[in-house]
Amino acid sequence: MHEQQWPLWEVFIRSKQGLDHKHAGSLHAADAAMAIENARDVYTRRMEGVSIWVVESKYIHASNPDEASSLYDPANDKVYRHPTFYDLPDELKHM
Amino acid sequence: MDYPALIEYALHLADNALILGHRNSEWTGRGPILEQDIALSNISLDLIGQARYLYQYAARLIGSDTTEDELAYGRDSWDFRNCLLVEQDNGDWGKTVLRQFLFSAWQYYFYERMQQGQDRELAAIAGKSLKEVTYHLRWSSEWVIRLGDGTEESHARMERALDQLWQFTGELFVPANYERALSAEGVAVDSEQLGPLWRGRVEEVFGEAQLSPPDAAWMQKGGKEGRHTEHLGYLLAEMQFLQRTYPGCEW
Repeated sequence: MHEQQWPLWEVFIRSKQGLDHKHAGSLHAADAAMAIENARDVYTRRMEGVSIWVVESKYIHASNPDEASSLYDPANDKVYRHPTFYDLPDELKHM
Repeated sequence: MDYPALIEYALHLADNALILGHRNSEWTGRGPILEQDIALSNISLDLIGQARYLYQYAARLIGSDTTEDELAYGRDSWDFRNCLLVEQDNGDWGKTVLRQFLFSAWQYYFYERMQQGQDRELAAIAGKSLKEVTYHLRWSSEWVIRLGDGTEESHARMERALDQLWQFTGELFVPANYERALSAEGVAVDSEQLGPLWRGRVEEVFGEAQLSPPDAAWMQKGGKEGRHTEHLGYLLAEMQFLQRTYPGCEW
């Protein structure tokens, strides 16, 4: 193997039943076309998916775990933000 | 229906798939990068799967309790009807992907035709396999372009691989006796007709890859009739070892 590694890509797969793409894992590839082919070979061998997204890992920005308490705890006592106080009409699906 | 010819034809197609599948599997665990190791191993499994359908069909035609395993593991080099291209050694990654590309381009047009053939069993196998081969062709084309139009080093290696493999491509378009016997009945694909289609696809990809087919006119042949290069014997020795040593062994 070369010391020069191909860039890392994050793979998102939409399954047959799923409505959204879910993070499946990561892999190495030289470019986007190869990343999609690699994702097909590595992550959809067991009929997991019908659609693939890839994005170079360097373009993903993450929140800082050290800031978790200030970021997420304030939502704990704000139950009124959940839309649980509405009566949903029966025709409405996927809620 | 010419039964002996149909059996030989089914074996020819099965041997093509099995031998290339086995060759590719020699990369398993040694691929240049994990993702490509898996990709080529997937292609191996596709090809071996195709071989199984074809061996099962041949075994049924032969009758008398013949099994697919006997056909794969019990025949000798001169019984094998695969084309010479698929038995060539792996060489470097470039040679392996070029061999796959030259073969997949042929197999793509071949299965496309066989789908419409008069033999329903073969037509069904072709229909199922064509989806797999469409991907093999796409994958191997990408690699030929990537390496051919890559660095000076990769381009030189692709040219060397092309010099080694090109002489084994002519055989694909020269019908063997059993093919001739069956194509009159619309059972076998007319291999001569595939030539221009194959050539068109190969030149298109080579154009993008900055490669050009060698001018050398001499083409090797004989594999389809059981006359093989020295490579096949070594391959069979390894592939058949277990069944030869412990006949009928299962696990």
